[in-house]
Amino acid sequence: MGNIIMLDISDIRRLKFDVLVIGAGGAGLSAAIAASQEKGIKVGLVCKSLLGKAHTVMAEGGMAAALGNVDDRDDWKIHFRDTMRGGKMLNNWKMAEIHAKDAPARVRELEHWGAVFDRTKNGLINQRNFGGHRYPRLAHVGDRTGLEMIRTLQDHGIHQGIDIHMECTALDITKDKSDRVSGIVCMYRETGEFIIFETKSLIFATGGAGKSWEVTSNSWEYTGDGYGMAYEAGAELIDMEFNQFHPTGMVWPPSVKGILVTEGVRGEGGIMKNSEGKRFMFDYIPEKFANETADTEEEAARWLKGDKDARRPPELLTRDVVARAINTEVKAGRGSEHGGAYLDIATQRNSEDIKKKLPSMYHQFKVLAELDITKQAMEVGPTCHYFMGGIKVDAETSMTTVEGLFACGEAAGGMHGANRLGGNSLSDLLVFGNLSGKKAVEYSKGLKSYPKINDEDIKHIIKKATSILNREKGNNPYIIHEDLQKNMQYNVGIIRTKKEITDGINTIDDLKSQFENVKAPGSSQFNPGWHEALALRNLLISSEAVSKSALLREESRGAHTREDFPDERKEWLKYNIINKKGKNGKMETIKQNRNEPDPELKRIANSAIEELDNEVKKDHNKLTSEV
Amino acid sequence: MLLYSKLKEKEKILNNDLITENWWVSPLLVLLGLLSFVAYSTWAAWQGEHFWWSAGNEGFGGYLSPFYSPTVYIDPSKSGVPPMNHALLGTWPEWLWWLPGQSPAWLILIFPLSFRFTCYYYRKAYYRAFSLNPPACAVTPIKGIPSKVSDITNNKIKIFNSGKRYDGEAGLLILQNIHRYAMYFAVIFIFILSYDAFLAFFNNGKFGIGVGTVILTINPILLGCYTFGCHSIRHLIGGNLDCYSCSLYKDKVNHNSWKIVTFLNRRHQLFAWLSLIWVGLSDVYVRLVSMGIVNDINTWGI
Amino acid sequence: MKERDFKIYRGDNERGELVNYKCKVTEGMVVLDVIHRIQADKANDLACRWNCKAGKCGSCSIEINGKPRLACMTRMNEFNEEEKIVITPLKSFPVLKDIVSDVSWNYEQNKKIIPFSPSKKDKEKDFVMMQKDVDRVQHFRKCIECYLCQNMCHVLRDNEGKEKFSGPRYMTRLASLEMHPMDKADRIADIKDVHGSGMCNITRCCTEVCPEEIQITDDAIIPLKERVIDRFYDPIMIFFRKIFGKN
Repeated sequence: MGNIIMLDISDIRRLKFDVLVIGAGGAGLSAAIAASQEKGIKVGLVCKSLLGKAHTVMAEGGMAAALGNVDDRDDWKIHFRDTMRGGKMLNNWKMAEIHAKDAPARVRELEHWGAVFDRTKNGLINQRNFGGHRYPRLAHVGDRTGLEMIRTLQDHGIHQGIDIHMECTALDITKDKSDRVSGIVCMYRETGEFIIFETKSLIFATGGAGKSWEVTSNSWEYTGDGYGMAYEAGAELIDMEFNQFHPTGMVWPPSVKGILVTEGVRGEGGIMKNSEGKRFMFDYIPEKFANETADTEEEAARWLKGDKDARRPPELLTRDVVARAINTEVKAGRGSEHGGAYLDIATQRNSEDIKKKLPSMYHQFKVLAELDITKQAMEVGPTCHYFMGGIKVDAETSMTTVEGLFACGEAAGGMHGANRLGGNSLSDLLVFGNLSGKKAVEYSKGLKSYPKINDEDIKHIIKKATSILNREKGNNPYIIHEDLQKNMQYNVGIIRTKKEITDGINTIDDLKSQFENVKAPGSSQFNPGWHEALALRNLLISSEAVSKSALLREESRGAHTREDFPDERKEWLKYNIINKKGKNGKMETIKQNRNEPDPELKRIANSAIEELDNEVKKDHNKLTSEV
Repeated sequence: MLLYSKLKEKEKILNNDLITENWWVSPLLVLLGLLSFVAYSTWAAWQGEHFWWSAGNEGFGGYLSPFYSPTVYIDPSKSGVPPMNHALLGTWPEWLWWLPGQSPAWLILIFPLSFRFTCYYYRKAYYRAFSLNPPACAVTPIKGIPSKVSDITNNKIKIFNSGKRYDGEAGLLILQNIHRYAMYFAVIFIFILSYDAFLAFFNNGKFGIGVGTVILTINPILLGCYTFGCHSIRHLIGGNLDCYSCSLYKDKVNHNSWKIVTFLNRRHQLFAWLSLIWVGLSDVYVRLVSMGIVNDINTWGI
Repeated sequence: MKERDFKIYRGDNERGELVNYKCKVTEGMVVLDVIHRIQADKANDLACRWNCKAGKCGSCSIEINGKPRLACMTRMNEFNEEEKIVITPLKSFPVLKDIVSDVSWNYEQNKKIIPFSPSKKDKEKDFVMMQKDVDRVQHFRKCIECYLCQNMCHVLRDNEGKEKFSGPRYMTRLASLEMHPMDKADRIADIKDVHGSGMCNITRCCTEVCPEEIQITDDAIIPLKERVIDRFYDPIMIFFRKIFGKN
């Protein structure tokens, strides 16, 4: 297949589906399972790596759901309030509501499908504390919750009649004359063979684009394929400037730089220290959270022991706060040996507990860094972790602005606002995976016939892909990617300024023109160079959207920090930033007014915590008396 | 259906030469260890004498070699045997004329032997060390040697290990599934040997302690640690349950006993070897004392 | 640090050879880093499967000096300075390209397993399960499906037992289902006949190779074998079951 001169697409295999899901992480599998529950609906699932290897396995801490198993004061309202405040009120109100309300049911469903969570003394699903969550809320399995989730979905999913295509890369979407999704062209990585999926609806569960940065907890898969393809198909990307840098990634040795150290370490009592041995997080408590955060080490210690009156330790502030604090400490010259901060659990818990509660962290440091976390402090630093933004979707249907195209999970934007709380991602995957699966079925059932695919579109997509192989010579895709990563790391990193972002955008433009002439040597069979080049387009689109949105948002909010605009600015709360492909083929970045929220939701999000606690208490009492 | 037939070039490259570590050390040690035990115990069982010491006293007490316990039949014409009042079934019967050396040890050894042969630890040991399939992890089975016991028992010795005839617990090897029955007997033996240890504290009805007492006391303890760490016990005592807390009784009894057995089970290999060596040692010691080669140091002053 | 010698299998299932590469090794590097560096500098089209690079997804299973390992968790400093390192694909599975293997056989085995089946009644409310009852199950669920045990198992590796035996990974999965306090399905006959528990002769290499340190042999395979014995080989148990019914 390496050299296509006469492109005859009649030889290419075609398959027909009612619902096709791209991506088989937590969201993709949930969506496919939800869709397959409907009789007579043919569901397909395409994934870039082997089934069960998607990045969800890396999620460690847990999934947030207000089950109230550990602390019965918890309720969806408090979860919703935490989510909104964590997201600096920029979240899509409706999505945050659906998420908080639906998460407990989804967690229970997962348990019914075979997930085995850690238990409370009463034999219920145990829940742990996490940054930004007022009550212990994260259903978890040690520090391998993501693995549990994906394995459960995988083992359940393979019996639902879903047609699974592994190691298959999606290239681009095709649309019919009335701009509805009609299919997608994909390529099997092993053989280089193309395949055309004709489908009535398409669900993108393609994750983020963390591979745009140099230091990232994301694997090679995170190349923003969904963003790139959706953008090319005319969909809008929202909130792309909000990129979460997880405060604790490994910093040493170099080869593992960026690999995630779970927030669970802090949830279990780990503390942050600088090179002077000072527990510095007490100095970085934002005013907004001052009422809910301990101000002495003594109080923090009491909280950890389960004292319900004590306030939480400052290490459990939201991720953006902790990441910025580490950044500041390092810049002030108080960083650790290899340019991070110390995360110490060894002095806080005994070694038995650590090994039991954080087995994979213990293992990870033991093997990769030759460090015993039960005896020594870890060195950690911020690492690119998550895209709050993504493809803009309708809150209640998960449909994007392209008819027939749905998005869920990290690929979709809006739910987390300016900053995502730890543990909200896994529940997001389940809630919106499930929702988009169901809504896609509804949509597909509404279509009487398959939307038509234009053969010219297919030819165009395939030609674009094969030209990378067929070119006589050209630029090395690995080098373009490396340059892009460096550019994003230095110019559009944690702390941003107008000048740097502008430099960043210029570099991206330059890299885009280099990409026009990219060349991968070798055949089309399992050729990593080619795969890298194919992913580059999507990485470039994602990076451009991030940079342009970051430039436009002239304030610091959540995960987006502008040195030249260091504070939150109220007027910016009115807008989301949208990127879409303009008529001239260039990226348009515009401010879009946010919808006015439901007054009830607004009230909940803005009420004081004591007030809300009382309200919830009343709700619960009413419920029990009714029963 | 995918084709799994291995092709030449790949097979040529992926062979044992890639392995840089000395993988043959451990199977070799196991081979030597087991062979020497088999050799010694066969010899010792053949003797039929010098398995008892009580310094000639006929009263309660004395040292008895575990190879010969319990004393089913006793041939009083031999030297170094217990007095006739120890015999469970009297003197050596005519119909057992065919047993080599007229030794009761054969009747006894069959039980521990079957327990150890079907033991889930020893299976690893002898599959690796004797049938060499595989001799060590990731090492290609070595050809030219029968790949399983049934090849020998079925008179198929001519068919050497081609790597294609392996079929697990088939043929005679289905008997490996009787492990739990072998275990029941092994447990009975723990009690018998404990009684022997008790016996070793006395000589001619008089309480005392000697080197032999210590050796014969440690013996059932090690054997107990080995036997009570057995996988079959672990299963029967609680491993077969899916829910302990569903009933108070199961929670208290089964889960706790399962945990104890699990503790020993994790050390099954260790106790398998320790108890094996110690049993042999016990026999050596009693034999040497009985033959008068070694003098037992004891409180009886004999 | 100095430049070191590597040999990597290049080719497919039909034809292949060991190709020499040199690569500079720096502190903290793992074998996967070496492969990536060679891939970027010298062999753009060297196929290699990987994902999380932290020992959590089980994608980068290969053989290093003839021993099955995870490339991302094998540190370079565990080899002698002079030692030549040979990197080859999994021996028990067909080679797709270079060091990437076709592991689809494993997915076929998983499909044969009766999935988790709680009763309808239990599903109506929250599961109540005590920690001690799920400890065993959770231990099995640590599996990252790297298939190193499947590759190591001599039944599959050297004795062409793929038709008869599902392999240690799926014994572990079966054990996790059979021991689940809420599961109501009966897989004992399947374990013996479909998945071939009798093919395992307890050589224990699967346990030795497991990167998650799951006690595959002691905790999964042997307990399943014992349950099979309860049902099919223990005459007393069979007799009692005939008289007193299932329990």
